[in-house]
Amino acid sequence: MANTQSMVTGFMGKLMTGTHNFGTGVVRAGTGADTFNGALLLASATFNASSSDYTGTVGATTMSGEVSGTGYTAGGVAITNATAPIATNSSATAGVAYWTPSASITYTGVTLATAFDAVMIFNVTQGTGGAYPAVSVHTFGSQTITAGTFTLTMPVNATTTGLIRLATT
Amino acid sequence: MALITTTLGDMEADLLEKKEGFVDNDHEFTTWTEYWLEGELVHRSVHVQLKKSVELAVDAASFN
Repeated sequence: MANTQSMVTGFMGKLMTGTHNFGTGVVRAGTGADTFNGALLLASATFNASSSDYTGTVGATTMSGEVSGTGYTAGGVAITNATAPIATNSSATAGVAYWTPSASITYTGVTLATAFDAVMIFNVTQGTGGAYPAVSVHTFGSQTITAGTFTLTMPVNATTTGLIRLATT
Repeated sequence: MALITTTLGDMEADLLEKKEGFVDNDHEFTTWTEYWLEGELVHRSVHVQLKKSVELAVDAASFN
């Protein structure tokens, strides 16, 4: 027998649930999951991996580059999160942890006349007005909505398709 | 009779021209539905089915 250098798969899962902290963290009010929102981003904006925060104020002020229009609230809508992250080992050196919202993200009764092509997922619980930690930006074809509904349905919550994945290289 | 929410209020679907379309690629499957009244777009809804995840690669560095 010999040992095998590897990232422990459980570590990745516990990153997603706030167990490990190598730096200065946050004081959590409890062990429950944080609340995450999905904000729609204008097609003319340039959000990417360097976009560290949602910089508006949820329910009050949209951030620069976010959509606005009838029926849309600053910060978008809350994401349904009924399924905890899953960490799965696939070999002695490989594993994956993943998480997917447990329901579609839906913006009902909105008019969004300016084209948008992405959604930013961000953490409401651990943020404050002007700085909510961002999680990810997901793009799609450019859209507008007129007195209608925009529905964003998630990929299958599985090892290769979960919306957010941490995977060993 | 189906009622459609429009920029002019709820209207009977039969009074409107309906247009539908879709986009299917590696990234998404998207469908859209529009209702038009006398050349004016009065309703547009979109459903995007995401197909791909975003991934963060993690690695344990070696000493040698």
